Amino acid sequence: MAGERGLQKWKWVAFFLAPSLSGLLLFICYPILSSFWLAFNDWNLLTAPEFVGLANFEELVGDAAFWSALRYTVTFIALYVPLVFVLGLGLALFLNRRARGMLAVRTATFLPVVASWVVVSLIWKWIFNPSYGLVNYGLKLIGIEGPAWLFEPQTAVYAMVITSVWKDVGYVALLYLGGLQGISETYYEAARIDGATRWKSLRHITLPLLSPTMFFVAITLLINYFQMFEQVWLMPMRDSAADRQVEVIVSEVVKNAFSYNRMGYASAMSWVLFVLIFIITFVQLRLQKRWVYYESE
Amino acid sequence: MNQSNTLSLDSASKRAADTSIGDSWTGKFARYGMMVVLIVVMVLPFLWMLSTSLKPQQYILQTVPQLIPDPLSFESYTKLAERIDLVRVFFNSFFVAIVGTAGQILVSAMAAFAFARMQWRGRDVVFVLYLATMMIPSVALVIPQFILVRQLGWMNSYSALIIPALFSAFGTFLLRQSFLGLPKDFEEAAFVDGANYFTIFWRIVLPLSQPALATLGVFSFMGLWNAYLWPLFVARQDAVMTLPVALATLQSGPRSLTEWNMVMAGSVIAVLPILVAYLLAQRWFVQGVVSSGIKG
Repeated sequence: MAGERGLQKWKWVAFFLAPSLSGLLLFICYPILSSFWLAFNDWNLLTAPEFVGLANFEELVGDAAFWSALRYTVTFIALYVPLVFVLGLGLALFLNRRARGMLAVRTATFLPVVASWVVVSLIWKWIFNPSYGLVNYGLKLIGIEGPAWLFEPQTAVYAMVITSVWKDVGYVALLYLGGLQGISETYYEAARIDGATRWKSLRHITLPLLSPTMFFVAITLLINYFQMFEQVWLMPMRDSAADRQVEVIVSEVVKNAFSYNRMGYASAMSWVLFVLIFIITFVQLRLQKRWVYYESE
Repeated sequence: MNQSNTLSLDSASKRAADTSIGDSWTGKFARYGMMVVLIVVMVLPFLWMLSTSLKPQQYILQTVPQLIPDPLSFESYTKLAERIDLVRVFFNSFFVAIVGTAGQILVSAMAAFAFARMQWRGRDVVFVLYLATMMIPSVALVIPQFILVRQLGWMNSYSALIIPALFSAFGTFLLRQSFLGLPKDFEEAAFVDGANYFTIFWRIVLPLSQPALATLGVFSFMGLWNAYLWPLFVARQDAVMTLPVALATLQSGPRSLTEWNMVMAGSVIAVLPILVAYLLAQRWFVQGVVSSGIKG
């Protein structure tokens, strides 16, 4: 009796799990293994793959385009992450106040999060147009001759960072808001009784208790932006210096895979990125003990 | 501190009053000023997109930009309809997003049910495998998935766009959390009445988990509707092309000059459904994006 029911149950487990598990094996496990194998091969999709050992990785070390892409990725992150981290926190502290109309502000700041990167890239590409765009028009009103933005590598990076901050700040603020709402009211009451100023409450209560959220935000932003792609792929003006020079790791992977049909080399590159992301996450996890304050249960 | 200006007296509003600039006239003024600035900064680019799309070509290239189009013109939309098969592209995007979302919810919910509501040996090990796949960055999967889809003969088909999206470790994880929170009593009563696992899944667990299903649904729909990288490589032919991919091709016009009113018209069409959906179901969007920790 029990055995029969046991068998019955296994049938049910199989029934519920089969669609998902077959998807996991076919579209995640198999691809990740095959991409690992591919990283040690030369393959142009047409002829048979050829095993080349570590040649792809050796080539990567001497590949100026890869190092340039890595440099641009790190530059983006160095500009974007601190900006959105601080602005997102400021926005969250502001949104956390109860005031009439605050809901509308919250709704507005989340609009760009919902829009696709393609649409956002195109809108801002138009706004950063040197001759007819809103940004340079605004600059002209205050007497500044605006730069060529998406034509030149350096200014293109700034334009893309601004666009990225605009798109993500509402998302980051929302992550913080979750953390802010988890802070118990009693701390603020105690602080007020002790005569703490608002700044002191922020410095000694809000920020320490928010540090786990900050940590989560930092990791998420880093992981996301090591994989940035759309804005870099779509925003620079066609055939400009920015278009030729500004690449990030993912766009370099995409170019190698789909423009040059170098599947093995592109796989090797994506594995380097994978390992990079893994190391950063690991280091962050180790470092968090130093500055993240977890409230004891 | 004076609390007369707060609307309700729950703890959140008390805290809000404590940390706000205060009730002074200048404080209020600064707060409203800040609110206006934020709304303008966030909404103006969208308005500018709409405004540009409603201008005739010769009025686009003006050194003094005009927010209100005068004369109003729909020529960019007509041009857009000539450049791309709007009905087709729109249908493709909707079809992929809706079928993909429904499928992902069903597949994830079934697996989540097995993880949350059934006892079986090896369950936790398999679940850890699911969690582990959430760590894999999507870029590491694009190339091998592309090769796989090519081997399966799915290039330029709906299958390539939908089927790989059906499995979601995140969706399974999210729904499992929700299913775990349901009381056991219903299930036991149903078993006594002779129900099987499927009845319990379909008639009890799913209806009781609507908030979690909505959260996953909105998140999944948004991801599929906005997707660019994957469709760019597996769905390049007109028959299966989705909106973002079609939109990105508009930049490289037959003339070297980009027709910005047409590009903005395309952007309006691509972004409008998702913005309307967001305004109608804001709560689920917010929850979907926040609980994922992944940007849309």
